Amino acid sequence: MTDAGPPPQGESIAGDDPAPAGGPLLTVDDLRVTFRTDDGIVHAVDGISYTVEAGKTLGIVGESGSGKTVSSLSTLGLTRSRNSQIDGRIVFEGRDINAMSDEELRKIRGNDVSMIFQDPLSSLHPFYKVGWQLMEAMQAHQSMSRSAAHTRAGELLELVGIPDPKRRVDQYPHEFSGGMRQRAMIAMALANEPKLLIADEPTTALDVTVQAQILALLGDLQRRLGTAIIIITHDLGVVAEIADEIAVMYAGRIVEHGSTGQIFSAPQHPYTWGLLKSIPRLDNPRDEELVPISGRPPSLINRPSGCYFHPRCPYVQEPHKRIDPRLESVAGESDHTVACLLSTDIRQRIWEGLQTGRDVDSLKRLAASGNGRSAPATIPAAEPGEEQ
Amino acid sequence: MTTYIIRRILWGILLIILVSALTFVFFNVFPSADPAILRAGRNSSPATIAHIRHNLGLDKPVYTQFWIYMKNILLHFNFGYSYYSGASVLGLIKDRLPATLSLTVGAAVFWLLAGIPVGIISAVRRGTLLDRAAMSGALFFVSMPVFWLGLVMLFLFANDIGRFHVFPGAGTYVGLTNDPVKWFTSLIMPWIVLAATSAAIYSRLLRGSLIEAMGEDYIRTARAKGLTERRVIWRHGVRSAITPVVTILGLDIGALLGGAVITETVFDIPGIGRLNYDAIVHSDFPIVQGTVLLAALFIIVANIIVDISYAYLDPRVRYS
Repeated sequence: MTDAGPPPQGESIAGDDPAPAGGPLLTVDDLRVTFRTDDGIVHAVDGISYTVEAGKTLGIVGESGSGKTVSSLSTLGLTRSRNSQIDGRIVFEGRDINAMSDEELRKIRGNDVSMIFQDPLSSLHPFYKVGWQLMEAMQAHQSMSRSAAHTRAGELLELVGIPDPKRRVDQYPHEFSGGMRQRAMIAMALANEPKLLIADEPTTALDVTVQAQILALLGDLQRRLGTAIIIITHDLGVVAEIADEIAVMYAGRIVEHGSTGQIFSAPQHPYTWGLLKSIPRLDNPRDEELVPISGRPPSLINRPSGCYFHPRCPYVQEPHKRIDPRLESVAGESDHTVACLLSTDIRQRIWEGLQTGRDVDSLKRLAASGNGRSAPATIPAAEPGEEQ
Repeated sequence: MTTYIIRRILWGILLIILVSALTFVFFNVFPSADPAILRAGRNSSPATIAHIRHNLGLDKPVYTQFWIYMKNILLHFNFGYSYYSGASVLGLIKDRLPATLSLTVGAAVFWLLAGIPVGIISAVRRGTLLDRAAMSGALFFVSMPVFWLGLVMLFLFANDIGRFHVFPGAGTYVGLTNDPVKWFTSLIMPWIVLAATSAAIYSRLLRGSLIEAMGEDYIRTARAKGLTERRVIWRHGVRSAITPVVTILGLDIGALLGGAVITETVFDIPGIGRLNYDAIVHSDFPIVQGTVLLAALFIIVANIIVDISYAYLDPRVRYS
């Protein structure tokens, strides 16, 4: 890695200070995860930084293979293996998770930080009763009697809105419907009242009607229990409902990061535009066409040169193929960052053009008009001009 | 579930009747020595042979013989008498069964004690030197024929003909109730020989099955719950991976109870396999019939037990 990486967004990284009074619950600082495979080194996560405050929700959005799941699994140390290399810092309540022993990490998993997964059927063990699996989660971290744990398992199922919990507790996962299984997974994740819940595509495998219920449940539980949530999804519609902040990931990097309002009202990155234009919105004209993002996500073994998004970007200019953009603050919005070589002004005009339905070719010309002035091709480090 | 079990048992009975009919047909259709001549001995007169043939019921038409034979089995549970010694087949089987039972159960304990730990360690330490050594060893044992391994063991370790006088050699089997210590020592080599192949197969099977199980999403969930790795492997991984092992264990034990012919012959153990082998050599049809039926019975019962145990191993089976 030659570049120094983006400056940390949270100025106060807790460091080795054991008492993080007032600091963020979780600070991820320049996290890099690589896997050695037969085909080469996979750069799954390539230097990402973010923070999560207690009780808040961060949405991580991106396509399959953008590194969003790997980055969150790393938060629980679940990517540790002989073939993986994890660098950077993941500081939870003042303690660096990367530096922890396996046993220290185990005590945090499912206790302070818990996780729910995409497919609740395959994520629950098919041979054990749901209640048994909940009890196991509790007894891994607390000493409690079987009967107390069993009672608590029933209460947890009730908490997540499963009807008839006393009967359900003694049923097997295959006797539950998809939505009920995900509720049971949430109940299991909440068993030890974690401070942080990581939800990896929690609604992707579910029916649309059930999706909304699960999101409402997560929001409701957050209000009642004060749990911070990281929600990982490819669906901006999902994070719109419950996230306070959104980080957009592409090819193992965060390409845009801002509040949910900023991301939806003034998105800066062409990839974010693509994500937004590819989902239907009720507040858009009914005859508006949905625009898919062309091309495929890049290989994480042989990554593109320059801006990783350039092969798919409609507004790509020659210098973008060589210059690697850094995550920088958007002018006038200090907590909104973007990694794009187009100038702020050009970006704003393109986004406005997209909103009003201007054709893409004229927008491409618009992008080209700013070329040469904002990104000098001779300077390898990107310096997107602040003014036109 | 109950109706399912009853249906399986009825099918099993039908199958055994079919097997007994088939054995009879095979024995009569395919050429074999005339049992009457064999029994009469050398230089016997035709009258004696005819007399013996009449006594054994062999002068009756084949279909009458078949009828009498099936009637005896089904109505009187009578499997007939040895053409040679006149002993009751059922009595002979009862005499021989303890040896076969000892051999099978002991060997199964040996191969499970060896195969399961090796399979688990290989799966958990997949790709390491330990794993590769274990799997190469398994390949070696799988490739060795039982009779060859048995003879090599005798040649090396038997206390009569062996290079190193360690274990009692062939023909030293004693019943468990007569002398438990001798019973144990005399069976150590047969157990090892019989268990070697199976231990290798089981370790490879469990390794593959556990590697697959450890890649499942529910293992990730178990780890995310903060369970110890030991518990993740045993309660979540092995619990899932053991199902195919239970399946072949049932079938293997069923098949071996029908007689481990080669092992019993090499080590001269008076079991069902040895009984069957001698009967075939002597055209002693009633004994062949009896042992074949016994083998069929064990295999059918083992299959039913395996199917029922599935329902207890995997709760999803109970409802389908």
